[in-house]
Amino acid sequence: MTKKKTERRDFLFTATAAVGAVGVGATVWPMIDQMNPDASVKALASTEVDVSSVNPGKTITVLWRGKPVFIRRRTQDEINEAKAVKLKDLKHPEKDEDRAKNPEWLVMLGVCTHLGCVPLDQKGDYNGWFCPCHGSHYDISGRIRKGPAPTNMEIPKYEFVNANTIKIG
Amino acid sequence: MSDHEYTPKSNFGKWFNDRLPLLTLANHLTDYPTPKNLNYWWTFGGILTFCLVTQIVTGLVLAMHYIAHADMAFDSVEHIMRDVNYGWLIRYIHANGASMFFLAVYIHIFRSLFYGSYKAPREIIWIIGIVIYLLMMAAAFMGYVLPWGQMSFWGATVITNLFSAIPLVGEGIVTWLWGGYSVDNPTLTRFFTLHYLIPFLILGLVILHIWALHVPGNNNPIGIDVKKPSKDTVPFHPYIVIKDAFALLMFMIVFAFFVFYTPNILGHADNYIEANPLVTPAHIVPEWYLLPFYAILRSVPDKLMGVIAMLSAIFILAALPWLDTSKIRSAVFRPLYRQFYWILVADVLILGYVGAMPAEGLYLLIARVATAYYFLHFLVILPILGFKERTLPVPLSITEPVLGGSSNLAAARDDSRLEKLK
Repeated sequence: MTKKKTERRDFLFTATAAVGAVGVGATVWPMIDQMNPDASVKALASTEVDVSSVNPGKTITVLWRGKPVFIRRRTQDEINEAKAVKLKDLKHPEKDEDRAKNPEWLVMLGVCTHLGCVPLDQKGDYNGWFCPCHGSHYDISGRIRKGPAPTNMEIPKYEFVNANTIKIG
Repeated sequence: MSDHEYTPKSNFGKWFNDRLPLLTLANHLTDYPTPKNLNYWWTFGGILTFCLVTQIVTGLVLAMHYIAHADMAFDSVEHIMRDVNYGWLIRYIHANGASMFFLAVYIHIFRSLFYGSYKAPREIIWIIGIVIYLLMMAAAFMGYVLPWGQMSFWGATVITNLFSAIPLVGEGIVTWLWGGYSVDNPTLTRFFTLHYLIPFLILGLVILHIWALHVPGNNNPIGIDVKKPSKDTVPFHPYIVIKDAFALLMFMIVFAFFVFYTPNILGHADNYIEANPLVTPAHIVPEWYLLPFYAILRSVPDKLMGVIAMLSAIFILAALPWLDTSKIRSAVFRPLYRQFYWILVADVLILGYVGAMPAEGLYLLIARVATAYYFLHFLVILPILGFKERTLPVPLSITEPVLGGSSNLAAARDDSRLEKLK
């Protein structure tokens, strides 16, 4: 077998194909990326909420980035209940302390991690939330206990600006 | 194309046809030899063409009045219903037309399943058909989002969230589909664009579907190859045209009944409430034609596996020509397949029913059994049946059993004969 000689023309073919592929990629990418969130959507990244009027045992729902956020002021019983759950009983093990820095306030995305419905407050088998779409049950810490949802309800980035105001995002 | 050469009569016709052979095409379509024993189940191809044209024409008109904006879409649909001249009629035809389209396509698909129309040499026709069916589901889903009611919004949320089940890139894909962090205005405008585009893609595929059909010709109720043209065939025009036209009229009576007497019975009352991202309706259900797949999705307790099961239930159909190992096409000559066929029909209807019910208790159990059976039918029963089943003797031609010489077709319908064969 004689080794095939690489000619000038082979180099030209390869180089042309490579430049062509880059060109096609550079043309297609803007067409794809235009569908990603635009600057105006990204600009609505944070929301401040006044929580002074929320009584213990009540939940308010606020809209953040088009999604509902549950802010629940939990009673002492509820906090005790959330802390008493053993990690081995959980499908997605997370301590309540890690989900609610200030145990009185639970701030989480009110979006079922199954397919995105809004779960109902104080419903279900675990005294927390229940998703009516496909039957996921969450406990008073928003952790998945039963049903098809794979993970606990998400905790967004938030902070207490002062005693009465929470900044989400 | 036709077996004989076609020459237009007029000189202008000849001149034109030499340059663009449209008249040859028209002649092929009118003379196209069709098996003479086609029954009324074969009229749904024509009915489906009518449905597609109806949806395109009414959709075009609706798009002249509809506004694809999250703040105005819901009101613009009410504007169509109340203010636009005959807007109520056009929208009700379009909305019920989608259901009629699916009704006809399900009959068309189950016709193929019964008479083995998906088998060689018609695999490509079948696969194009499955692609059309997928596009129909996509178009119907996106169309349902456009009125921006509660079911629109939450249906869109649930279905787009199916993609979040994909490991690693799922969340990114969902954000990309939405153009934001939830279903919102960018989602609505892109759905409107795609909803407008897809019917024309379907139209293109329908042309390929018919083209692929005209290569081997139609299957027929006894499922044997037909020599064409021969005494087993009749020309498409006028024989099939008039039969299709009559069936279409019957179909339009049903269509008109829904449009004029119960225009909302197939819809959902919650969709007359404007979309609200803070409240999910208590009971989300898709349109009736998607319910069997929805039941499969919900019957699996794991998110990713549920999505995979649902998609597999559709894609498994594309592999059907190779999963069914029997060389005999028509169920008329397959006594066992015929029984499994009807069990499958019942299974799909059951899935549709439990898909509309809450996913708990007995309904969930039934959904799981029916889902398991659905896959069992295609993956186990059909492949084995081709080897194990004792099929009945097949006549040599369509004409043979009619003119005597063999009584095989009559025998096939006679169950007492069946007993003796066992």
